Amino acid sequence: MDRNQTHRNRRRALKVLHFSALFLTMAVICIPGLWIVLNSFRPTVEIMAKPPVWTPSFTLDHYRAMFGGAGEGGVPVFSYFRNSLIVSVVSTFIAILIGMSGGYAFARYRFKGKSGYFVGLMLFRAVPGVALSLPLFIVFAKVGIIDTHLGLILVYVAMNVPFTIWLTDGFFRQIPKELHEAAEIDGCTRWQAFWKVEFPVAKSGVASAAIFAFLTSWNEFALASQLTRSVGSKTMPVGLLDFTAEFTINWGGMCALAVLMIIPALILTFLVQKHLIAGLTFGGVKG
Amino acid sequence: MTEVTLSNVVKKYGAHQAVHGIDLDIADGEFVVLVGPSGCGKSTTLRMIAGLEDISGGEVSIGGRVVNDLPPRERNISMVFQNYALYPHMTVRENLGFSLHIAKQDPDQIKIAVDDAAAILGLDELMDRKPAELSGGQRQRVAMGRAIVRHPDVFLFDEPLSNLDAKLRTQMRAEIKKLHQRIGNTIIYVTHDQVEAMTLADRIVLMRDGHIVQVGTPLELFNTPVDTFVASFIGSPPMNLVDGTVNGANLTLTDGTILPIPLTARGLLHDGQAIHFGFRADNLMPIGHAVDEEGEIITLDLTVTLTEPLGTETVLFTEFGGAEVQAKMFNPRPVIPGEAMKFQMVLDKCHVFDAKTGKAIRS
Ligand SMILES: Nc1ncnc2c1ncn2[C@@H]1O[C@H](COP(=O)(O)OP(=O)(O)O)[C@@H](O)[C@H]1O
Ligand SMILES: [Mg+2]
Repeated sequence: MDRNQTHRNRRRALKVLHFSALFLTMAVICIPGLWIVLNSFRPTVEIMAKPPVWTPSFTLDHYRAMFGGAGEGGVPVFSYFRNSLIVSVVSTFIAILIGMSGGYAFARYRFKGKSGYFVGLMLFRAVPGVALSLPLFIVFAKVGIIDTHLGLILVYVAMNVPFTIWLTDGFFRQIPKELHEAAEIDGCTRWQAFWKVEFPVAKSGVASAAIFAFLTSWNEFALASQLTRSVGSKTMPVGLLDFTAEFTINWGGMCALAVLMIIPALILTFLVQKHLIAGLTFGGVKG
Repeated sequence: MTEVTLSNVVKKYGAHQAVHGIDLDIADGEFVVLVGPSGCGKSTTLRMIAGLEDISGGEVSIGGRVVNDLPPRERNISMVFQNYALYPHMTVRENLGFSLHIAKQDPDQIKIAVDDAAAILGLDELMDRKPAELSGGQRQRVAMGRAIVRHPDVFLFDEPLSNLDAKLRTQMRAEIKKLHQRIGNTIIYVTHDQVEAMTLADRIVLMRDGHIVQVGTPLELFNTPVDTFVASFIGSPPMNLVDGTVNGANLTLTDGTILPIPLTARGLLHDGQAIHFGFRADNLMPIGHAVDEEGEIITLDLTVTLTEPLGTETVLFTEFGGAEVQAKMFNPRPVIPGEAMKFQMVLDKCHVFDAKTGKAIRS
């Protein structure tokens, strides 16, 4: 009886601890985002006010100004958005095609130096992107693709391929090889067996890889800020800098643009989350 | 006519040789079981026939056509895998119809063929489910359905029952046999379970370390094993083997027991030769609880150490010739361990194996 009681108490205490830790973590993750969203709707004077203003007022001024003319603090939002979209979508698509082929090869085939290649690919991730910005700048300038979509797309494909390979390799590895063998016996070529059986089964894995690749490209700032400079190629993260002047930063405007940046990423994640959560169903084999 | 012929088929994985030149002729409509301990090369052999594994040497032909360089889809075979390998993203109906769909058959015909197969295997109720929603036995059935839908020349099975529980395994075993009687195709079936091999096969191919040890009907393997490996692999319980030496017209076992040389081995042994003396459990039975046997019968006084009642028979453990051996008792009565009983053994049904080579010595 007594033991039961202490046991129950301990369990309750653990639960409280558990939730506090969870709350703290979520707070650390969420508060900056919340801050951005809230401040995008507040007048500039309130944002930096000391002491803070606890009862916020609501205004759409920042959004209005952002979409307004150049003189009133407007920025070419639509151009930035289009640039971001083109660069992210195209680079994600290419990175997934290449990365998926690579991941499949690593998962299914034996070849010489396989583990060496794999480690090598992962090492690319260890190089900080910014360190490459100067060499990239020089090379791109010489080739003439500085300040173009193509240049950024190339960079993002290179950034995303290793991670995509790593992720899809894991997914394809989980698919028993008997699936494609069964398909081949059922009359498929190797190619058909992949597209009709293995790809559909790994679809959720590929979708997660695509999300990661897309978000990496969508949010990347360091390299984009070096390699783009005109309205025709600047992406949204680089566009944020438009709100900084020599002595002032327009926090409200910056937050408003940041919100516009977050929304498509959120929508995309929600659209694909079904796949991410569903994971792989391996009912086809024993279990 | 779909006979399958393997001549001197070899498989090498790098330096490791998994299959050492196998020769095998399988007749049209024959049910052949490849059996042997795990790692002996059964699956590798089957996969070479299927085209899933390159053939390192020799020749495989199906229906008189050499298929060494043909991909699986051109061999007109179907295969059932140990893990079933159902397509997880397709319903049972789509799984069954997949091969016909790939062959671009008319949808109406596909439906007829799929419904046919489903009826044979009792899958009608499950057609719209995904594999994840099926039990092990149902998945097994779908895998078999997928194999029969396309009317292949040859069926290949790789341990299809290993993932089922014992009861279901017995049931599916009977279904596979019925299926064979019904459609009469050539079947090559791989298992490590000698009971499955005995019950299913027209002919058993017993393999070890990439070699074929013996080929024959289940009864041939049971009654005339070529060596001690076959003798102890086939049959349950395995054949009792007792060490001994040849001593004139007699055999002297380790503990000094003296027996006459069985008829089939007489004249083939030399004095002092080391041998294993082999006999089945059902050839050592308490008098009064035995099946009456013809031939030269010897009687033995032995003490029972352990009993395993199985209902219609009881397995008795006892000491004989310096080794623990198993005997059988029909119409059993309760036996207390330690009880001494009089046993009978039909000498003509005993086996003698050379101790050095393990080979059977019989005329
Ligand atoms: N892909 C492979 N690479 C190297 N060795 C293999 C491969 N597949 C099987 N082997 C080896 O070949 C031998 C036979 O394997 P297998 O045919 O699967 O045996 P089983 O009789 O149990 O089906 C084993 O020794 C196994 O280790
Ligand atoms: Mg095997």
